[in-house]
Amino acid sequence: MDAILVQILNGLDKGSAYALIALGLTLIFGTLGVVNFAHGALFMIGAFCAVTLQRILNLSYETVDPDKTDFLGQPLKVKTPYVESWFGPDVGAAIIDWSVPLAILFAIPVMLIFGFVMERGLIKHFYKRPHADQILVTFGLAIVLQEIIKANFGANPIQTPAPEMLSGVATLMDGVVYPVWRIVYFCFAALIIGGVFAFLQFTTFGMVVRAGMADRETVGLLGIDIDRRFTIMFGLAAAVAGLAGVMYGPINAPNYHMGMDFLVLSFVVVVVGGMGSLPGAVLAGFVLGILESFASTTWATTTIPGINQIIIYLVAIIILLTRPRGLMGRAGVMED
Amino acid sequence: MSNKTLTRRGVLKSGVGIGAGVALPTIFTASSASAFTNEPTGSSVTLGFNVPQTGPYADEGADELRAYELAVEHLNGGGDGGMLGTFSSKVLDGTGIMGKKVQYVSGDTQTKSDAARASAKSMIEKDGAIMITGGSSSGVAVAVQGLCQEAGVIFMAGLTHSNDTTGKDKKANGFRHFFNAYMSGAALAPVLEKLYGNDRRAYHLTADYTWGWTQQESIAAATEALGWETVENVLTPLAQTDFSSYIAPVLNAGADVLVLNHYGGNMVNSLTNAVQFGLREKQVNGKNFEIVVPLYSELMAKGAGANIKGIVGSQNWDWKLENERGDKYAGSNAFVKSFGEKYGFPPSQAAQTCYAQTLLYADAVQRAGSFNPCAVAEAMEDFEFDGLGNGPTTYRGADHQCFKDVLVVRGAENPSDEYNLVEIVEVTPVEQVTYAPDHPMFAGGALGSCNAGA
Repeated sequence: MDAILVQILNGLDKGSAYALIALGLTLIFGTLGVVNFAHGALFMIGAFCAVTLQRILNLSYETVDPDKTDFLGQPLKVKTPYVESWFGPDVGAAIIDWSVPLAILFAIPVMLIFGFVMERGLIKHFYKRPHADQILVTFGLAIVLQEIIKANFGANPIQTPAPEMLSGVATLMDGVVYPVWRIVYFCFAALIIGGVFAFLQFTTFGMVVRAGMADRETVGLLGIDIDRRFTIMFGLAAAVAGLAGVMYGPINAPNYHMGMDFLVLSFVVVVVGGMGSLPGAVLAGFVLGILESFASTTWATTTIPGINQIIIYLVAIIILLTRPRGLMGRAGVMED
Repeated sequence: MSNKTLTRRGVLKSGVGIGAGVALPTIFTASSASAFTNEPTGSSVTLGFNVPQTGPYADEGADELRAYELAVEHLNGGGDGGMLGTFSSKVLDGTGIMGKKVQYVSGDTQTKSDAARASAKSMIEKDGAIMITGGSSSGVAVAVQGLCQEAGVIFMAGLTHSNDTTGKDKKANGFRHFFNAYMSGAALAPVLEKLYGNDRRAYHLTADYTWGWTQQESIAAATEALGWETVENVLTPLAQTDFSSYIAPVLNAGADVLVLNHYGGNMVNSLTNAVQFGLREKQVNGKNFEIVVPLYSELMAKGAGANIKGIVGSQNWDWKLENERGDKYAGSNAFVKSFGEKYGFPPSQAAQTCYAQTLLYADAVQRAGSFNPCAVAEAMEDFEFDGLGNGPTTYRGADHQCFKDVLVVRGAENPSDEYNLVEIVEVTPVEQVTYAPDHPMFAGGALGSCNAGA
C-alpha cells in the first residue's frame, strides 16, 4: 500500500512536468496553430536560467591563502562570493541557497522576452506554412539552442540544489516518506496550471484569446488585434515551460539534453489529451505520468519486460483508436 | 638448321618478359615490406583520436582530446616532456615516433557505436591513421575495436570498463589500459566489508547495456563472496532521466545497500534521486543505509555535487595519487604539472589513460622498429612498465588488458576546492585484482590473429 502511494506521488510529480510543458505546447497550437518542437528547449532554457542565476550569485573575488596550496603546489586562491561580502556570510549564503526559487523571478522576464523574440523573429513566418515546415524549423531551433547551451555550460549535468529548508523528506504517514521538493514541485505546477486557467477564464484578455482559438477570423473582423494577443500567449507559454524547467532543476540536474528528453513525451501527452485542449493536456499529463510510474516498478518490469519503455505509447495508441480526437479534443482541430 | 629471325617486336616482347621475371622477386619483397594498412611513407605519422565531442560524454571527450594533444606535443619534443621523463622505457626521445613527426586527426564518436565506427573508418581510409584510440563507452570501444581488427590497425581503447572489451569481445589488434568491472569488484569488496560489514542486503540498479551488465555481475559476485545478499537487480533504460520510480521500491525491499551500476548522467540522476528520497538517512535492518557507485569519475562527482559526499567507488587513477601514496606512482605529478600548466586544472582519469595509451603505442612502435600492427602488438604483449602514474603495470598478452593497482575512492565530505571532490580511501594492489585469462566472466571470445591489413 505504501509503495502504491509513493508511485502515485511519483506519477503526479512526473505528470506535473508533462502537464506544464504540454499546457504550453497545446496553448501555442490552439492559438497560433503552430506545432512547436522547440518547446522542450524552452523547458531546458528555463532550467539554465536557474543555473545562470546560481552562477551570477556565486560570482566571486579571489584572495590568496598562503597556508594552502592548489593542485600545482602554488598558494591556493580562495573564492568568496560577492553576495557574501556585500550582505555578510550568513545572508549571502542564504541568498545562494535560495537561488532556485529566486530564479523564478529571473526566468519570468527572460522567458517572456525569449518567447516574444522567438515568435516575432521566426515562428510568425511559418504560420501559413504546412505543419511539416513548422516541425522542421522548430526542431532545428531546438537543436541550435541545446548546442548553444552545451557550448557554454558543457555536456555534464549541473546541480541546482533546492534550498536546505526544502530538501530532505517529509513523512506523509507511517512509513511513507517523500522528498519535500517534489511536493513543492507538484504544488507549484498546480498553482501555475490554475493561474493559466484563471487567466484565460476570468480576464477579458483571456476571453478574447479563447474566442480567437475558437474562431480567429470572426474575432479579427470585430477589429481585435488577435495576432498581438497570440504573441503574448506565445510568451506566456514560453514562460510556463521555463518555470517548469527552473523548478525541475533540483529534481534532476539540468543538462543540455533535458528538453529533448521531455519533448516527445509531451507531444504524446498533447495528442492523448486532444490537440488544442488545455484541460486535456493537463489530464493526460497526470494520467500518463502515473501510468509510467507504475510501469517502472519491479513488479511491472518483471511481469512484462520493457513495459516501462512502451506504456505511454501503448496507452496513446489505445486512446487514439477509441477516441481519435484524444481525451478532450475538439472537433475540427487538425482535421482539415 | 633452324631458321629463326630476330624481329624488333620479338626482342621487345622477350625483353619485357625477362625483365618482369627478374623483377618479380623484388616486387614481392617490396610488397611484403609495405603490407600493412597506412604504412607511413613520409616524414610524419598520423594518429586517430576518436572521442565523444558531442553527446552526453562530450566533457570526458574534451579531456581525452586535451591529453592526446599533450601526448603528441611531448612525443614531438615540445613542452616539458610530461611522463616521457618518468616512463620506465627510454626509447622515446622527443623526435616523434621512429623519427617521424606525430600528427593527429580527431573524430566524434557521439557515444554511438555506428557514429564511432564511421568516424574511425574515415580516419583510417581518408586520413591514413595508423592507430585509433579514445572513446568513453564500452559499446563504442567494442564496436571500434572490431572495426580496427578488420582494417588492420591498432586500437588503443580509451575509457571503457566493461569486462567484454578484453573478455568475450577482445581482439588481437585491441589494447586496454583502463581497468575493468571485475577489477572494480575485486578492489571494492574488501573495503566494503571493512566499512559496512559482511551481513548486507544489496539492491542493484543497472544500466541496461554491456557495461552495466558486466559491472553488476562483477560487483554482485564480489559482494556475495563476502556474505552479502543480492536482493534485486533492476535494469534501467539508458535514456532514463528520472529514477524516482526505480528508487521508490528500494524503500520497501528490505535492502540496506543500493548499488548504482550507472555512469555519467545516469549516475548523477539516479544518485540525486536516491539522496532526495532520504536513502542516506535511512536505517534498515538496524544499519545505516549505504549507497555504492562502483565506477567513479571526477567529472561525475562534479555533476553529482553534494550528493556524492561519502559515497564509495573505484577509479583507475587520481591526480593526487603520487602526492598521497608516494613514488610508486611516479609519473602522476609530472602529468598533472604538464596538463595543469597547459589547461589550468588537473587531469581526469580519462585524460591519464588516453595519454598513457598514446605513449605506450609510440613506445611499442619504437621498440618493434616498425609501424606494422602485428609487430607493435607483439611488442606490447606482456610488456612490463612503470612511471606512467599507475605504478608497475603489465600489458597481459593473453587478453591485452593492463594489470595495475586499483583505487578505491570516496566523495570528500568537505572538499577544499572543486578539484578535491574525491578522496583516495585505499589503493588495492594489482595481485588482488588479477584474474586468470579464462575466468568465466571473460569467457566466450578469442583474441584471434593480429591483422596487418592491406
